[in-house]
Amino acid sequence: MPAVKPKRASSAVDMTAMCDVAFLLLTFFILTAQFKTQDAATIETPSSISGIKVPDSDIMIISLDKTGKVYFGIDNQVNRMTMLDNMAATRGLQFSDAEKRKFSLLANFGLPAAQLKQFLALEPVKRNLVKQPGVPVDSTGVSKDNELKDWIYNARKANNKLRIAIKGDNIAKFPSFKNVIATLQAQNINKFNLVTGTEQPPAGWKAN
Amino acid sequence: MSSIETGGGGGKHDGGKVRSKKASTRIDMTPMVDLGFLLITFFILATTLSKPSAMTLNMPDKTEQEKKTEPIKASKVMTAFLGKDNQVLYIAGKAANEDPELKTVGYGYPLRQAMLENLAKIGPDFVIVVKPTKLSTYKNVVDMMDELTIAKIKRYALVDELTPDEKTLLKDKGKLDI
Repeated sequence: MPAVKPKRASSAVDMTAMCDVAFLLLTFFILTAQFKTQDAATIETPSSISGIKVPDSDIMIISLDKTGKVYFGIDNQVNRMTMLDNMAATRGLQFSDAEKRKFSLLANFGLPAAQLKQFLALEPVKRNLVKQPGVPVDSTGVSKDNELKDWIYNARKANNKLRIAIKGDNIAKFPSFKNVIATLQAQNINKFNLVTGTEQPPAGWKAN
Repeated sequence: MSSIETGGGGGKHDGGKVRSKKASTRIDMTPMVDLGFLLITFFILATTLSKPSAMTLNMPDKTEQEKKTEPIKASKVMTAFLGKDNQVLYIAGKAANEDPELKTVGYGYPLRQAMLENLAKIGPDFVIVVKPTKLSTYKNVVDMMDELTIAKIKRYALVDELTPDEKTLLKDKGKLDI
């Protein structure tokens, strides 16, 4: 009697189904992707129970980092260019078309307007290494050195539908936040949003 | 692991017809799957997942003419000073120069309890004045606003100036360096 040979299962698996799933997921992620923008500073926001989402368009974000430095940014590249034009007129600066185009690609920045030209001349990779000193602000919101007020004014001139959001870091000290508020209030802007992370409200809590 | 299945083709048979070699229709999918998952990983990591939420903050209009309203009595007010090291110091029912009791609480549940207790004690005319000191952080302000939302207290004011009386109070009783 011949010895019974055990039947060997093939080690090759049909990958077609797996491949289908992988590409299906891939398509989904590509279509829903919203890329992280390269920000000038990393900011860890506190969280709140507020369920209102921050809009994607028509938004101005004033960021406050750990040390209280102020960064400024608006959405939409066309509006950024118009804003820079207005700003150049206000501050008596000149920007070339190439510089304007480079500027329109910046999500936000934290530099005095006078240093922008130098910053834009750098290669994008080297810009990350630059320690940005922050947009100059003061506590009254009206002095000549306060550039934030000019940026806010010119941004709103470029896009009058802009909503204003303040994005502060957890450990940013209150006085620096107060300066930003004072600058906004000096321009009669009394309603703004604070960007926060999302947190679950306590159990049983319901909004009215 | 897997291999392209070959064979099953023709081959020369002695004296027979020359048959064309049949290529297998099976392709090894493994590298393609690898690539697929690699790209998926990339897209997952490169996208922002949770969208941040926004909290609205309304400040009083500074340019508006002050309307003639009755000043709020100190007995109806709880003043919360946001101090250092994530602590809130508060006085309730008394003005800063009337030698009030300065209590200290942490953020979160204890603070909410303190606010609700005073609300119950003082009644519907209760007002909370939030005064962040220069030792507090942005997170403290947001947390305080959040607690007010959770406690559903609508009558509150954010004031950033301390009166001289409050300063001495915080220095003497609160041991704060203001």
